[in-house]
Amino acid sequence: MSMAADQPSPAARIGRFLRDNPVVTLLILLALLVLLLQVLRPGIVNERWIGNTVKFAIPLAMLAACQTLTMLTGGIDLSASVVATIAAFVVATQEPQVGTGLAIVLSLLPAVLIGLVNGFGVGICRVHPLIMTLGTGLIGTGCLQVYQRGVIATGSVVPASLEWLGTGRTWGMPNALVLFVPFAVILLLAQRRTGFGRLLYAIGANENAARLSGVRAWQVYFGLYVLSALIAGVAGLLYVGLIKAPSLSLAEPLLLPSVAAAVIGGTSIFGGRGSYSGTIVGALILTVLNTLLTLLQMPEGARRIIFGGIILAVTALYARLTDQG
Amino acid sequence: MTDAAADAPILDAQGVSKRFGAVVALRDASLRVRRGEVVALMGANGAGKSTLVKILTGALRRDGGTLRIRGRDQSFGSPGAARRGGLVPVYQEPSLIPDLDLDENLRLGGTPREPFHHWVRELGIPDPPMDDPIRHLPLATLRILDLARALASEPDVLLLDEMTAALPTDLVERVLKVVREQADAGRSVIYISHRFAEISQLCDRATVLRDGATVGDLPIEPGVEEKIVTLMLGAALSPAQARAREATGPATTGTPRLRVRGLAAGTKLADVSFDLHKGEVLGVVALEGQGQDELFDALAGFRRPGGGTIEIDGQPQSFRHPADAIAAGLTLVPGDRAEALLSSRSVRENIAVPYVARPRHWGPIAMRREGAQVAQAIERLQIDTRAQGEVRRLSGGNQQKVTIARWIAGGVQTLLLFDPTRGIDVRTKRQIYALVRDLAAQGASVLFYTSELGEIQAACDRVVVIFNGRVVDVLDAQDADEPMLMRAAYGLTAREVRA
Ligand SMILES: Nc1ncnc2c1ncn2[C@@H]1O[C@H](COP(=O)(O)OP(=O)(O)OP(=O)(O)O)[C@@H](O)[C@H]1O
Ligand SMILES: [Mg+2]
Repeated sequence: MSMAADQPSPAARIGRFLRDNPVVTLLILLALLVLLLQVLRPGIVNERWIGNTVKFAIPLAMLAACQTLTMLTGGIDLSASVVATIAAFVVATQEPQVGTGLAIVLSLLPAVLIGLVNGFGVGICRVHPLIMTLGTGLIGTGCLQVYQRGVIATGSVVPASLEWLGTGRTWGMPNALVLFVPFAVILLLAQRRTGFGRLLYAIGANENAARLSGVRAWQVYFGLYVLSALIAGVAGLLYVGLIKAPSLSLAEPLLLPSVAAAVIGGTSIFGGRGSYSGTIVGALILTVLNTLLTLLQMPEGARRIIFGGIILAVTALYARLTDQG
Repeated sequence: MTDAAADAPILDAQGVSKRFGAVVALRDASLRVRRGEVVALMGANGAGKSTLVKILTGALRRDGGTLRIRGRDQSFGSPGAARRGGLVPVYQEPSLIPDLDLDENLRLGGTPREPFHHWVRELGIPDPPMDDPIRHLPLATLRILDLARALASEPDVLLLDEMTAALPTDLVERVLKVVREQADAGRSVIYISHRFAEISQLCDRATVLRDGATVGDLPIEPGVEEKIVTLMLGAALSPAQARAREATGPATTGTPRLRVRGLAAGTKLADVSFDLHKGEVLGVVALEGQGQDELFDALAGFRRPGGGTIEIDGQPQSFRHPADAIAAGLTLVPGDRAEALLSSRSVRENIAVPYVARPRHWGPIAMRREGAQVAQAIERLQIDTRAQGEVRRLSGGNQQKVTIARWIAGGVQTLLLFDPTRGIDVRTKRQIYALVRDLAAQGASVLFYTSELGEIQAACDRVVVIFNGRVVDVLDAQDADEPMLMRAAYGLTAREVRA
């Protein structure tokens, strides 16, 4: 009778700990990247750099929230970047005419509309979310171009309050945290401790079982896609305050990174698994990585290759970890 | 036959251990099987039976212990390797790929056609649907297909993990006959079941597991049942309380809680009528595929009936969605737990889904209250929560308990139980009968389909027998012993037989 391996080896135990606490793993990865940066360019990691990194990570983390929430149900929101762009563009063009408050309200109306259409398509017509949100995203872009012709004469102004929020700092820390910290706290609490949050996981894990328990999935889908679009809209407002120049493709470059942040953060694209905490760290990792690759003066092509490679590696790792027992 | 030296064991596992993180599934499991022997592997839910089967057949790696096949040390790296080595399992959960049809599944698994079709016929499914997606087939059919597939590869050792748990009586008979013939032909079988009747009818020997260790190995002889139970539980099972007939009994007059008239659905349910009263437990008995699945689905709002009426407290109902049925007080525990479980979520979240189903409960959850309700349900059903982080890691019987716990935590009016004790051990079965009686005593109504006829007398007040999509008999449960139910289920009315 062999007594071998009655106690798991230390390596196996560490492996299991990391598997059960994916956020810790991600934080370690983040720390390693920062360390690498510091080694390559000693002195670069200072308060100013941290503030900058956080500032750029926040809009990404907010768009990634859209992806995380929809991915929990097995969906995705490819219209999020378009919604963000529309909100940014509308607020900047309406500001000179109607003032900041009303401009913000107007800028979020298209978001609600697109969210409703997505909810209708996914929840009632049962169109796959990938197709549905891709479609509404394209339509949204088209509408934005038409809208741009209509307002071409008015010019655009980014509201001062959004600039304060997007670029300003207080005691070295970006003002955007005023918006983001409460947002993240609410989301983190809501995902596990509200009925709606629970249902996102339930639908992603087994929609049929949720139905049997009396859940009308279409109601959840409507709520989800409207919520996602609203978050995207607000992220767009924040982002235009950061970039300070609205354009027709403002948030477009954030779309794929937002999906990547959620995936790296451990949210399963098949639904039922994941958490926003991982996504936040994922967004930070991607932002730091971007700085790193810029610093190394990598050509754009090489940067993309490394980006893609890292996403694949992390995803493969997760697949292995979650498959085991 | 007990002379070990005479014929060496074909399979000999000693001191097998396996842990999953903090959960010790097996500590010291040993199992020995000789040629031509049928060995029962017994143990309470979570004892480690399925884990042992998976280790023996290469689906899991053991942490410690030895495995000898035909006298030689052996480890199988995969189920495929085990198959080539002559060990073929039927695991506890159906293993055909749900999105493919049978034809594709067979091709994928490299199953030889001729023998497969031979065994399917032998097992009582003359022409299996070759091009329906597997997910549309009833659970009982899936189990038979799994068995036929295993038999087709002519195993030396066949490992059956709760093969019969989802099967109605007629199919169980066929399975037992086929398995016996295998043993008579010199092959060996490891047989897991929580039904003692099958064990005593089929097996030569029983190996008993408790908390991951082998605690006994005894030949099957009259009266051994009690010894097995004591070994399994570590204590004698308190004698079943003869169910005292409630003094008042359910009120079987007045407006029934649930009135079904001429209900038809799909191709199988033709015309079913019955009344279910407040405080009553009404049993349903039927052979495989007589329309019972359709009946429960229609009552639960999962399928639109083709005709007939459903009334609750005298009000006609029309369900478009399970939520409508639930709002009317009808809740279903489906036969196939894969349909009901959120396998990647925790025990708690699984039990608590119904509380948050409706939009007005989408807000913050009262965590403390929910925790207490869930804890109570877990306690009540004795769910082994050592691996509660994800329901898919629980043992089969414990998963089944979760599907029931979901509804008792919230208080129910009318419970539709479709074979609720599938894969549940003796002690918890008693617990569930007691629970059902309690619910009834508190005024709930229960419709109770079971594939295990003995449960009718243990839990029900009356029983309806369905044959060919129609009710052929309604009996008082006290009078309905197994032979009588059997005859009725085959469409010979009990009254004719009695006359
Ligand atoms: N992948 C896993 N991860 C963690 N724990 C596991 C895993 N698989 C099994 N277990 C645990 O191992 C124990 C034994 O499980 P097993 O499925 O072998 O029980 P069983 O005897 O087959 O019970 P049942 O009669 O309910 O089918 C249980 O406590 C179960 O929760
Ligand atoms: Mg089992």
